[in-house]
Amino acid sequence: MNMLTDAPPHSPETLTSAELAVEVRGLTRQYGPNSVLRGLDLSIRPGEFVALLGRSGSGKSTLLRTLAGLDPAPPGTLVAPAALGVVFQEPRLLPWKRVWKNVTLGLRLPDARARAEAALGEVGLSHRLNAWPLTLSGGEAQRAALARALVREPALLLLDEPFAALDALTRLKMQDMVTDLWRAHQPAVLLVTHDVDEALTLADRVLMLEDGKIALEIPVTMPRPRRHESTAFGELRRQLLAALGVSV
Amino acid sequence: MNLSAIASASLPRAKSPASPGAFSVLRRAAVPVGVLAVWQAAASFGFTSPQTMPAPSLIVSSFWNLIVTGQLWPNLIISLTRVLFGLAAGVTVGTILGLAAGLSRLGEDMIDPTVQMARTLPHLALIPLMILWFGIGETPKLVIIALGSSFPIYLNLYSAIRGADRKLLEAGAVLGLSRAETILNVVLPAALPGFLVGLRQALGIAWISLVVAEQINADAGIGYLVMNARDFLQTDVIFDGLLVYAMLGLATDRLVRSLEIHLLAWRPVLLTR
Repeated sequence: MNMLTDAPPHSPETLTSAELAVEVRGLTRQYGPNSVLRGLDLSIRPGEFVALLGRSGSGKSTLLRTLAGLDPAPPGTLVAPAALGVVFQEPRLLPWKRVWKNVTLGLRLPDARARAEAALGEVGLSHRLNAWPLTLSGGEAQRAALARALVREPALLLLDEPFAALDALTRLKMQDMVTDLWRAHQPAVLLVTHDVDEALTLADRVLMLEDGKIALEIPVTMPRPRRHESTAFGELRRQLLAALGVSV
Repeated sequence: MNLSAIASASLPRAKSPASPGAFSVLRRAAVPVGVLAVWQAAASFGFTSPQTMPAPSLIVSSFWNLIVTGQLWPNLIISLTRVLFGLAAGVTVGTILGLAAGLSRLGEDMIDPTVQMARTLPHLALIPLMILWFGIGETPKLVIIALGSSFPIYLNLYSAIRGADRKLLEAGAVLGLSRAETILNVVLPAALPGFLVGLRQALGIAWISLVVAEQINADAGIGYLVMNARDFLQTDVIFDGLLVYAMLGLATDRLVRSLEIHLLAWRPVLLTR
């Protein structure tokens, strides 16, 4: 997996869409008079973990929703795989379906139940297969949502601030879990987050969205697991925080 | 009310978890039992006449009399049957219209404005018309009950379908659910609590409609029993009829509640019980 992190900084011009998990060209999205995305370009390679930072209202979630197919994209601006997994900020489990039934939702395979059980096992929820979603803790529910996204072996995993509502300790555990799952399943990942440390802990590449475009792109080549107290980490954090307008 | 009273009102079991309610049960029973006692005393001492306010003891004994003489059961069965069939028809119509208006724009445009207009008309005001149209047999009674109970079903189901959580619909879309799968797995389960609220309201309206419908030209049923009793000044039997209506209403409401507990087992309110 480290092959990817050691790869040279990514240059979209040299890659064709067949070699990319995601390709966005000149995407513009408007709500009323304000355009949220202005001619945005983005490429993600298969198996690459990309984190997207940006201030509130910078269009992060709009980009993710467009990639997920929830918001329409103008024709010709977007290539994304059909095999898609999404985890939102809230777990969005159907409260009237048992946890394992939530995971099999939309899974049209004869061994759906076995796959759901395996996926829930991977996120450490083997003991809650038959639980009602509303009895899960916040962390458990988000793990179930992660299992539901991964059970269909997505080529692209979209994470929309999936840990923002969790407490600090749970968030750290979830970050480790996501790293492990990413290594095991090797989807391309786009993680939308507010949290600079989270982006630097998880991603191969950190993007900063500003004025509807990618304003900054930083490859993160530090070996995993990454330690927050390392000098390289601190340097990148300063760089990103400065770009976000926070001086340290 | 001082602060501790406010606290104990909002947290009923915070202070004494061991004995949740011997006193509370007594307190709640105090007023109705007291009213009954005063009523009984007033009647026994002759302050009220049996023609206007028969003593509770008299009501109970005449109720017993209705049971042993076999007058109660046939009439009870007839009233129950009317409500059952009228309600079944009303729920069916309300559900079909609610689904059609909730699930399609065309259905909404065709149905909703019309139903919203029609519901402002008190359905009981249609009784004279119903009698003209359908005579004085069972049909007008059933139509009135069906008409009255279809509105709450429609209104609650329609708004519950339209109020289905957008976030869950998006989650379904991301999981690649087809339209039919989305309706089956997301929209309808999300609308079920609203439908059940509608069912409870429909039940209440069905009973009211029954009472009114039975007071007009009924030759059987609880309402007939009551009207008959009025003609013979048997005030105690009138009270018996009221008692039966109250008990039937309570029993059927309980039925819907247990249906709720069974069907909505996933809700946290019910899970903590």
